[in-house]
Amino acid sequence: MNQDADAQLKTFPHRHFLSCDGLTAPEINFLLDLADEAADRNRTVDKKRDVLDGKTVINLFFEASTRTQASFDLAGKRLGADVMNMLVASSSVQKGETLIDTAVTLNAMRPDIIVVRHHSAGAVELLSQKVVDCAVVNAGDGAHQHPTQALLDALTIRRAKGRIDGLTVAICGDILHSRVARSNINLLNAMSARVRIIAPSTLLPSNSDRLGAEVYTDMWKGLEDVDVVMMLRLQHERMDGAYVPSSREFFHFFGLDHEKLARAKPDALIMHPGPMNRGVEIASTVADHSRSVVREQVEMGVAVRMAVLEALSANLPQT
Amino acid sequence: MNETTNKRDHEVGHRDGQTQAFLNARLVDPASGRDEIGGLLVRDGLIADLGPHLRRNAPENSTVIDCQGNVLCPGLIDAQVYSGEPGQEHRETLKTASRAAAAGGVTTIVVMPDTEPVIDQVSLVDFIQRRARDNAIVHVHTMAAMTRGLAGEEMTEIGLLKRAGAVAFTNGKSSVTNTRVMRNVLNYAKDFDALVVHHCEDSYLSSNGAMNSGEVATRLGLPGVSQVAETIVVERDVRLVEMTGSRYHAATISCDASLDVIKAAKARGLHVTCGVSVNHLTLNENDVTGYRTFFKVRPPLRHEDERVAMVQGVANGGIDIIVSSHDPQDVDVKRRPFQEAADGACGVETLLPAALRLYHSGHVGLVALLKAMTCNPAKLLGLHSGRLTKGAIADIILVDLDQPWMVNKDLLRSRSKNSPFDEARLQGRVLRTLVAGQTVYQYASGQDG
Repeated sequence: MNQDADAQLKTFPHRHFLSCDGLTAPEINFLLDLADEAADRNRTVDKKRDVLDGKTVINLFFEASTRTQASFDLAGKRLGADVMNMLVASSSVQKGETLIDTAVTLNAMRPDIIVVRHHSAGAVELLSQKVVDCAVVNAGDGAHQHPTQALLDALTIRRAKGRIDGLTVAICGDILHSRVARSNINLLNAMSARVRIIAPSTLLPSNSDRLGAEVYTDMWKGLEDVDVVMMLRLQHERMDGAYVPSSREFFHFFGLDHEKLARAKPDALIMHPGPMNRGVEIASTVADHSRSVVREQVEMGVAVRMAVLEALSANLPQT
Repeated sequence: MNETTNKRDHEVGHRDGQTQAFLNARLVDPASGRDEIGGLLVRDGLIADLGPHLRRNAPENSTVIDCQGNVLCPGLIDAQVYSGEPGQEHRETLKTASRAAAAGGVTTIVVMPDTEPVIDQVSLVDFIQRRARDNAIVHVHTMAAMTRGLAGEEMTEIGLLKRAGAVAFTNGKSSVTNTRVMRNVLNYAKDFDALVVHHCEDSYLSSNGAMNSGEVATRLGLPGVSQVAETIVVERDVRLVEMTGSRYHAATISCDASLDVIKAAKARGLHVTCGVSVNHLTLNENDVTGYRTFFKVRPPLRHEDERVAMVQGVANGGIDIIVSSHDPQDVDVKRRPFQEAADGACGVETLLPAALRLYHSGHVGLVALLKAMTCNPAKLLGLHSGRLTKGAIADIILVDLDQPWMVNKDLLRSRSKNSPFDEARLQGRVLRTLVAGQTVYQYASGQDG
């Protein structure tokens, strides 16, 4: 980490927060430092600040999500913003309103920041091209990116380990469909960590070796001496023989149990973006292990989202 | 281009009995390999004479057009054009498609049966022909569906449709997945010497795929379509052709492995040919970066290595024809998240200048390039145009090979503006297009589109 470069960064130099691809270490550290302060403040009695006073944040979710939406909701409110939650179910998309129409409609409501989750890769970027004078935060787009998740994972790691660079992080499970994996690979690479991805070949995207990660199809080998084990959720509909034969077989070869965990370093962190399928990708006792930081991840989620909202609000037009 | 007329496009009238003399032209006839300075006479819609002896001398009473050394060659034949007529006229009609074609130096378009309703009956072939006769300014032929409704299940009336004028039989944008149906179509088509044109894509392998599978797709988080989805169908079809002895054309291939299969089939003496779209010769998967839906086509744009292989295929004749795969789509279906956006790119008007990129880069010779868009498709489809010979129909174009210009999609004549070449710098401009001796398009200097 280059401390000089960190010191130079007074503001976050992007209008939107769409992807971890292209973020630099100083930019990431800037957000993590901001989030660190927020995390500490969130543990005090007086949590509320007024940096977003008078600002409007719209949480626009085209895909249902409990924790990410709640996390953004809380983050906006703790910064003093007026937060509106919109769940645009897929049915209203079928009614004919396109994403562009939605963007135009929202523009008219004059929000300052729009937080968007969409089931289609690239949809948030498309929307960001159509909004005027407002910042867009990607809360997950298809199998593309989920940058605040990677940021909260990084903060959790940094607080637990004191650093990110030089650590070896294994990301295990459904890499193919995972935006969390892509964002984490980008961000961890930018922070000079070593990344491994572990999955059966049916859940690995093509050319996954080109992403900046070592690829393993053998979890026992892949977990050898890692500092962090990051598990991914496997959707139920992908366990019926389409990608893996059964949840039982998946758990046997790719579920995190004590036996496989023993391959990692003795102080390895156990992470999961949630919600967990206990007994599918992670053994229940491992999920509740003393080294599991799953709850801290949720806590840091609010903090990094506060950091992102605060950083972007500094770049909003002043008039 | 010194003829004194201010009329543009198709308004320039036909002069029966009169001779038009195109002097001082670079005559390029891909069929014979002719490439020489000379002149060409057009009378009664036919090429009356041509050769070096006409370089400076025109017969008396003829209208003289000084070509100023520009290329005079056969008008292009575009063997894959999707029009919206009937059923989707807001995207394109035969009239607008033909105007775009004329401006691009394309004198014959072959429209695909993917319409509403599908062109799977004699009356609909007849409808296309009548609409084209009344509204189109270039020649229009149609392919007919080889299965009813393009459903891939029941064979259409191939014999009657061919007699009505269908130049080939295809399943349009979809592949016939049922191997027995494919075998029967090929077997039956053979009795009528009908050409079967097939879009090769294993829909089980490609399902939900939005772009080429590979590193770019992985980074963008988009589901991919692997090359194998194409090659596996080409291989299957070649086996069926071997069994039935039919004439078969793989509509647009996009990767080297498919080309290998085609080459091997040709070496075994099978009547197998293949085409490629100009998009796959000039663009690659990196163009999709940024979720640019105007670059979403089927088959998807591939890796640069495959593009290079396709270019080599055209240069050495392994690939028989180049098509525009002109597929007009309106803004509503393109301005969507990538995965939800429609496939297809507009292209008949930019076919020639885009293809000329290969000539200017030195990768394909002019004759080989033009061959793939003139005499080769003519031979494949049994058309009499596509060559510069005495007595042939005067479907000819005058082209300035070098003129640079920038594409502005709003000035393109197609009703839809989904051109992947918008704002692209191209080199080569059609100056004049003649269909059966009649000028249907003429470039006016200063005109950008």
